[in-house]
Amino acid sequence: MACLLEAPLRISVLSEVTATSRHYVDRLFDPDPQKVLQGVIDMKNAVIGNNKQKANLIVLGAVPRLLYLLQQGSSSSELRAECAVVLGSLAMGTENNIKSLVDCHIIPALLQGLLCPDLIFIEACLRCLRTVFISPVTPVQLLYTDPTVIPHLMSLLCRSQRTQEYITQIFSHCCKTPEHQTVLFNHGAIQNIAPLLISPSYKVRMQALKCFSVLAYENTQVSMTLVNVLVDEELLSQVFVRMMQRDQPIDMQLTAAKCLTYMCRAGAIRTDDSCIVLKTLPCLVRMCSKERLLEERVEGAETLAYLMEPDVELQRIASVTDHLVAMLADYFKYPSSVSAITDIKRLDHDLKHAHELRQAAFKLYASLGSNDEDIRKKITETENMMDRIVSGLSESSVKVRLAAVRCLHSLSRSVQQLRTSFHDHAVWKPLMKLLQNAPDEVLVMASSTLCNLLLEFSPSKEPILESGVIELLCSLTQSDSPALRVNGIWALMNMAFQADQKVKGEIVRALGTEQLFRLLSDPDSNVLMKTLGLLRNLLSTRPHIDQVMSSHGKQIMQAVTLILEGEHSIEVKEQTLCILANIADGNTAKELIMTNDDILQKIKYYMAHSNVKLQLAATFCISNLIWNEEDGEANAMTGSQERQDKLRELGFVDILHKLTQASDPNLCDRAKTAMQQYLA
Amino acid sequence: MFSELGPVDSSMVDLLPAPCRSPFNSPLNDVFLWFSHGDASTETTTCPGSSFHTALTPQPDEHGEAPAPGSGPVGHGKNHKDAASVRATHPIPAACGIYYFEVKIVSKGRDGYMGIGLSAQGVNMNRLPGWDKHSYGYHGDDGHSFCSSGTGQPYGPTFTTGDVIGCCVNLINNTCFYTKNGISLGVAFTDLPPNLYPTVGLQTPGEIVDANFGQQPFVFDIEDYMSEWRAKIHGMIARFPIGERLGEWQAVLQNMVSTYLVHHGYCATATAFARATETLIQEDQTSIKNRQRIQKLVLAGRVGEAIEATQQLYPGLLEHNSNLLFMLKCRQFVEMVNGTDSEVRCFSVRSPKSQDSYPGSPSLSPRHGATNPHLHSADSPTCSNGVTPPNKNKSHNKYPGVSSASSSSSSSPSSVNYSESNSTDSTKSQPHSGTSNQETSDSEMEIEAEHYTNGVAENSSTRIMNGTYKHQEILQAEDGSLGNGVADSCASRQLCGGNQAATERMIQFGRELQGLNEQLCREYGKNATHKKMLQDAFSLLAYSDPWNCPVGQQLDPMQRENICSALNSAILESQNLPKQPPLMLAVGQATECVQLMARVRSGSCSFARVDSFLH
Repeated sequence: MACLLEAPLRISVLSEVTATSRHYVDRLFDPDPQKVLQGVIDMKNAVIGNNKQKANLIVLGAVPRLLYLLQQGSSSSELRAECAVVLGSLAMGTENNIKSLVDCHIIPALLQGLLCPDLIFIEACLRCLRTVFISPVTPVQLLYTDPTVIPHLMSLLCRSQRTQEYITQIFSHCCKTPEHQTVLFNHGAIQNIAPLLISPSYKVRMQALKCFSVLAYENTQVSMTLVNVLVDEELLSQVFVRMMQRDQPIDMQLTAAKCLTYMCRAGAIRTDDSCIVLKTLPCLVRMCSKERLLEERVEGAETLAYLMEPDVELQRIASVTDHLVAMLADYFKYPSSVSAITDIKRLDHDLKHAHELRQAAFKLYASLGSNDEDIRKKITETENMMDRIVSGLSESSVKVRLAAVRCLHSLSRSVQQLRTSFHDHAVWKPLMKLLQNAPDEVLVMASSTLCNLLLEFSPSKEPILESGVIELLCSLTQSDSPALRVNGIWALMNMAFQADQKVKGEIVRALGTEQLFRLLSDPDSNVLMKTLGLLRNLLSTRPHIDQVMSSHGKQIMQAVTLILEGEHSIEVKEQTLCILANIADGNTAKELIMTNDDILQKIKYYMAHSNVKLQLAATFCISNLIWNEEDGEANAMTGSQERQDKLRELGFVDILHKLTQASDPNLCDRAKTAMQQYLA
Repeated sequence: MFSELGPVDSSMVDLLPAPCRSPFNSPLNDVFLWFSHGDASTETTTCPGSSFHTALTPQPDEHGEAPAPGSGPVGHGKNHKDAASVRATHPIPAACGIYYFEVKIVSKGRDGYMGIGLSAQGVNMNRLPGWDKHSYGYHGDDGHSFCSSGTGQPYGPTFTTGDVIGCCVNLINNTCFYTKNGISLGVAFTDLPPNLYPTVGLQTPGEIVDANFGQQPFVFDIEDYMSEWRAKIHGMIARFPIGERLGEWQAVLQNMVSTYLVHHGYCATATAFARATETLIQEDQTSIKNRQRIQKLVLAGRVGEAIEATQQLYPGLLEHNSNLLFMLKCRQFVEMVNGTDSEVRCFSVRSPKSQDSYPGSPSLSPRHGATNPHLHSADSPTCSNGVTPPNKNKSHNKYPGVSSASSSSSSSPSSVNYSESNSTDSTKSQPHSGTSNQETSDSEMEIEAEHYTNGVAENSSTRIMNGTYKHQEILQAEDGSLGNGVADSCASRQLCGGNQAATERMIQFGRELQGLNEQLCREYGKNATHKKMLQDAFSLLAYSDPWNCPVGQQLDPMQRENICSALNSAILESQNLPKQPPLMLAVGQATECVQLMARVRSGSCSFARVDSFLH
């Protein structure tokens, strides 16, 4: 080591530190195994709690040597165990330490070490592996590369409480995908871990519980198996219920509630089961209370939102439990003004969690309000709720924006709210802004909300139209994501409903006929349905029908023919027949049908179809064709006479006659009304 | 031994729910109230104090006479004047901590204007709960909560036929929340005054409710809620901030443990503890050992020797304390019946083995004690004592060569346990210690063993071990005598060990005792306690099997404890030392404190029972 004269103090200190560290590393190379052992023990004592020392030793190359000693069959079992302990200690340091250890291939070496019969050594290896695997920088996949590892870990579960704790902790951190769940499940994770739930050690119980929560998440197979598992002659769900008792540690209550939530969502437990209604749900609501830590409140709210998302009854119960709706308002009060003044540490903590809290609250509100009108009302009446959503829509965090727009979407299903609070707070403004430039996830939700805001009775519809939304929606219909295409076209459909000619013209112009017909052949049936809906809305009121048909009649008729001939659902065909009926209502547009024998034959076919809905739509179409105009224009009069004659020739009258005998009252009425036109 | 101080006095809470099965008709209109009560035998699950008495009839209203039941509505339930409430005759006792009751809506009647809640004494009963001062209610028609006001606040959902509404009063933070069908609706009222009565009010015809004060299972899991508060309060106690006095506290705690050990004469443990904590023991070592030896003798049932030793070591003590002496003598008599006192023991036939090593007589024991005080002081409260009994015979066979094991087994069964367990230890920890210096090595090892078991454990567990140990030891003593003489095991349950000479000695002793009593009567006047004691003791002779007779309880080794601690306290007092260890004082003070809390209506006392911390 070079010794510079007049070296700056800093460097000299550093070199001194490195020198002592170097000494530790050097001792690992001593020919006397006893001295090596003592060296490792001294190193162990030196690195405990000393991140700098850890970094130094790693830089100086202690890791490969330790790994070498650990893998060496000639090393004494004591030395090997001590090596594993030191490595575990090094792993406890910074993320960089973990990275260096992983780069030195510590994982396969330690996994190999687990094959040794010595329990102390195994435990040391597992402790180190645990520390490495729970770090976010470690690739989880490393646990699954060797297929023999998981079964071996399962077999080690019975060795000691420590192995149980470390292994379950490794599992719960390394089970990230459905594939991982399946691998663990197939190796008997449930049977092996279930008995640990009643272990005398709290740590073991807790890690086992966490394991089950990650295994059951969105996994029907695991969840279905779990409900039938018995632990000490007690059903697993009952074990979880016991773990949710209020005098249990919060972490345990929360994790047990998660397990039951996931089992319920996977369909393994009914949503009206008392363990969900009277235990899991109240437990999760408690987790949202002010008394809990911010992290717990976030997790509690997110889990609760997930639990009740599909079930209106659970939403109703939650909405009255422990003033949940009001309790959530508190989630927006971070960082609180108090914390800013009194305590910098607390402020930092609050700031860190503020986004998480807000997004969790929005998610939970979204879930609560997704079905029940009364709950929605309760939510919007919560203090400053709409303002919070509005500001949430423009927050920097994508997570918060997404949750806020989900919440807004949930509330936008309420006619009353659309008419009142949505308009009062001009939610459309931030929503439009959000739509300009957002990730797809947010776009889907935002455009979906926009669909509702564009409903005919929504007072926000006008200002939105004026803000140039049509271009935006048309661009959405060209998206690769079916959800966005649906929302785009859906919003256009809503917009076209009872719109004036100007708006309709603008929609057609902006969308372009080419795009419109491309959407009519969209692989997604939802897109197709909404496009047909848009067409139908465009083709309403006589002057509009005639105008649209005069410019696009040919293409529309072509498209209609194609759909009626194609393999489509009843709903799609019904919608298409309705479009024909609308066309038949036009003055000049009628002729496009009357001159198209092919179409007339198809209408005839559907009038005799087995599905009443299709019969009805087809009959409606014919009824429009034979209608006697009331405005009494002579040529129109003759027009209707001509049509009636032609249709009679084609045998429609016979069909109508037959339909007057139909069992469906609506169809029967419709046919009779049509027949009366002939008599008139 | 902490049970001496007794659990929290529960007499302050009213325990008997009065049976009442008949439905009550409101005197005013056809509002129908049905408060069914459980039998007195069924206890409420909420708290011991949730008692409801029969007087649930509403007070007569301003209309005066009550119409006959079923005579048709007088009021139409249209306005507030038609309301009527019933309430319990007894208020909610503060000491119960958490109070809960449920009301099932059997029928909402015409309009379902029902109120469930609480009211103080003197509140107008012709109104729904919540409308007046000191009255609180949750109303079914609008779901609002009424806090002493005619205008309600939006609170929860409405409730109607089939719903079960619960009302929980938390007397720790003076709040109240309701439940609907087992779901908590959140806090409704805060800052509640004390002495509220559960109250239910109805207003329109046909409204029927049924109250459940715990005679049936509740829909809401109130036990779970209570467990949360219990855990909270226990946590509060456990985490009570002591601030900068941490060091001071440690010294106090160490002193408490140390004095406790010294008080009970756990000499070796005390020495080990003092060494580990670097504290000083006030009392002289020999003094502790002497006391321990005497206590040991009493607990082993060898009261005669104990008296002898006391007289020898503390001359004048018993002479000045004739009550104590009399009590000791009475006990000695009982022990003679039991066959454990050395005055009769010497006559018993011992197992051949014991006789080999100890062809002994009662005189041996004192001598033994004199030459080797270590042995008797070796009152090791080790874990091994607890686990020894099942292995007793086995370990005999295993270490037949260890002289201490066999030698002391004969002298006193309790020493057997100690030396056996320690000899087991000795083979492990001190294999080099030969038989030459058995006694010393024994006591050394005992300290070692104690050090490990007690030293590792928390202070609390130390004293607990000691506390339970006594009983175990005594039981082992019994076991020991049974096990020792496998051949004469049945004989050991005979009067005075079944020995004729011993019985004669006992009779003679009885006469002496009688004489002592008469002498005391002459000197100090009649003493009813003494008379009773003597009677009880002599009554044992009236039965063929004294162990299974109405006064047979006296023979229970547990009965030695009182006299033992009395003697110990007397000795300590004579040495100008406190007769109670500070630890016991602290426990007593805590118990008193909790009782005081109950008296001043602090709800948390019900979850802060001292015995839940002593286990």
